[in-house]
Amino acid sequence: MSPLHATTVRRRAPWGRTALTHAALVVCGVVFLIPFAWLLSTSLKADPQIFVFPPIWVPRPVLWRNYIEALKYIHFMTYLRNTVYVCTLVVLGTVVSSSLVAYSFSRLRWPGRDALFMIALATMMVPFQVTLIPLVILFERMGWIGSFRPLWVPAFLGIPFFIFLLRQFFFTIPQELSDAARIDGASELDIYARVILPLAKPALATVVLFAFMGAWNDFLGPLIFLSSESNYTLALGLQQFQSQHESQWAYLMAVSAVISLPLIVLFFFAQRTFIRGIALTGMKG
Amino acid sequence: MTTPTRRNLINGLLFASPFIAGLLVFTLYPVIASIYLGFCRYTILRSPQWIGAENYRILFTEDPLFWKSLCNTLYYTALALPLGLALALGLALLLHAGVRGIAAYRTLYFLPTIVPTVAVAILWLWVLNPEYGVLKAVLALVHLPSPGWLADPKWSKPGLVVMGLWGVGGTMIIFLAGLAGIPYQFYEAAAIDGANRFAQFRHITLPMLTPTIFFNLVIGLIGSFQYFTQVYIMTNGGPTHSTLFYALYLYQNAFRYLRMGYASAMAWLLFLIILGLTLLIHRTSARWVYYEGEAL
Repeated sequence: MSPLHATTVRRRAPWGRTALTHAALVVCGVVFLIPFAWLLSTSLKADPQIFVFPPIWVPRPVLWRNYIEALKYIHFMTYLRNTVYVCTLVVLGTVVSSSLVAYSFSRLRWPGRDALFMIALATMMVPFQVTLIPLVILFERMGWIGSFRPLWVPAFLGIPFFIFLLRQFFFTIPQELSDAARIDGASELDIYARVILPLAKPALATVVLFAFMGAWNDFLGPLIFLSSESNYTLALGLQQFQSQHESQWAYLMAVSAVISLPLIVLFFFAQRTFIRGIALTGMKG
Repeated sequence: MTTPTRRNLINGLLFASPFIAGLLVFTLYPVIASIYLGFCRYTILRSPQWIGAENYRILFTEDPLFWKSLCNTLYYTALALPLGLALALGLALLLHAGVRGIAAYRTLYFLPTIVPTVAVAILWLWVLNPEYGVLKAVLALVHLPSPGWLADPKWSKPGLVVMGLWGVGGTMIIFLAGLAGIPYQFYEAAAIDGANRFAQFRHITLPMLTPTIFFNLVIGLIGSFQYFTQVYIMTNGGPTHSTLFYALYLYQNAFRYLRMGYASAMAWLLFLIILGLTLLIHRTSARWVYYEGEAL
């Protein structure tokens, strides 16, 4: 492309259209924000201000103690500890196992490799519901129901979605780097740990992020596999609280805000990783 | 086998061994077991009892709730999927228009998808509250009456659709990536040929985005047929079974009524339905999905 051409590429849109676009973006933005504002506002109100129509937006007085009372009421610290425990193991297991398997599927040549990869892709088509019932029976026999094991052990055996994501990324790393290391006498494990993983940090960050979010948000797994209240995760604990206290809106909103906050903070710090990851997985079409 | 090939095979299998173990224990075994259980009466209390295709016969001929849950799921999909895709594409186009402050707007639209599903469900239970909900207030602002939403069998599914639209941010990001992949020269060439904005959208943007639309359609379809957490928390299938979705009815059969064999049969039907619909979309895709690089 000629330099002259390049300068004409970014044309400025006419003023009127820019203003119109901004107007549309702002209106949509306000609509998307309303539920968040509603959540915060309700979480800080007393009941007489909650059950009124039209709604009161600014709480008076601002009841910060709703948060303290709600968290005390639902054994928040226990649930948080359980959630962090499960999340840590899931993230660790997912990253280690999926990267090892992706390494095999992309950096090593062996007969049957691509067939096995196709099988991995095909298993993503099988709905969770199909394997759920036999898994419940299996875990029951192993005495795992009520423990955290059903939630994290599978993560150590490779998650096809993340294997796929990492495999795509590993393919972009030049083969010469591996060859050079091999000539120097490095084993495959060395190459995996010292050459490929350091270069794959952006993709690994995406995997960490998505695996963490998945484990933090998981509801069906804890609902089915956990049995005692002392084992509940935050998602399950919040739902259980809701089912017993349907109209405690201030407390429900306070707890919802608290369990969303870590993810929102994480999102603001790792926005690029998020966006890249979603775009990356969406590009496989 | 030569020594290097053999070493490669051993290395390959060793690195892939976590997946191979997981495939056997957590996928292959349960998939086969659930085919078998689908032909059994099984209540956990007694060992599985072979009854042939009885579960399937009951599902198709004697269980109105099975059909109800299937129709509810189809109704929801037919409403939520096109609306969601249209909104996601619309927002992506607005963001792609090249005005200032894109990053802030993008964050704003994406934020709802970060909120845990359980929190979203509880928040929207309150947003959609027929008496005090904020949606009622917003509709009143533009002089529209607000229905009973989740309390009204006619409006419960549309209520869930509105909630779903709040979460289109992820789809929007995928559309944005698709838009970024369209070469700018195409638009310039079209502009030189005198094509207006609409013609450019119709003849460049839309065809170039068809692979992305296809991807979002398939993913959306699969997700919609497994729609569970929200209805489990918000309505538990009510009122009058109007939000009894397929995955929820399956769960109830398995874990409330302990009809594990029956639920396994439902799970297999779910798999076949998803597979069938995906293949159907795939078959039609040759006619409407345009892949760059194919022979012109």
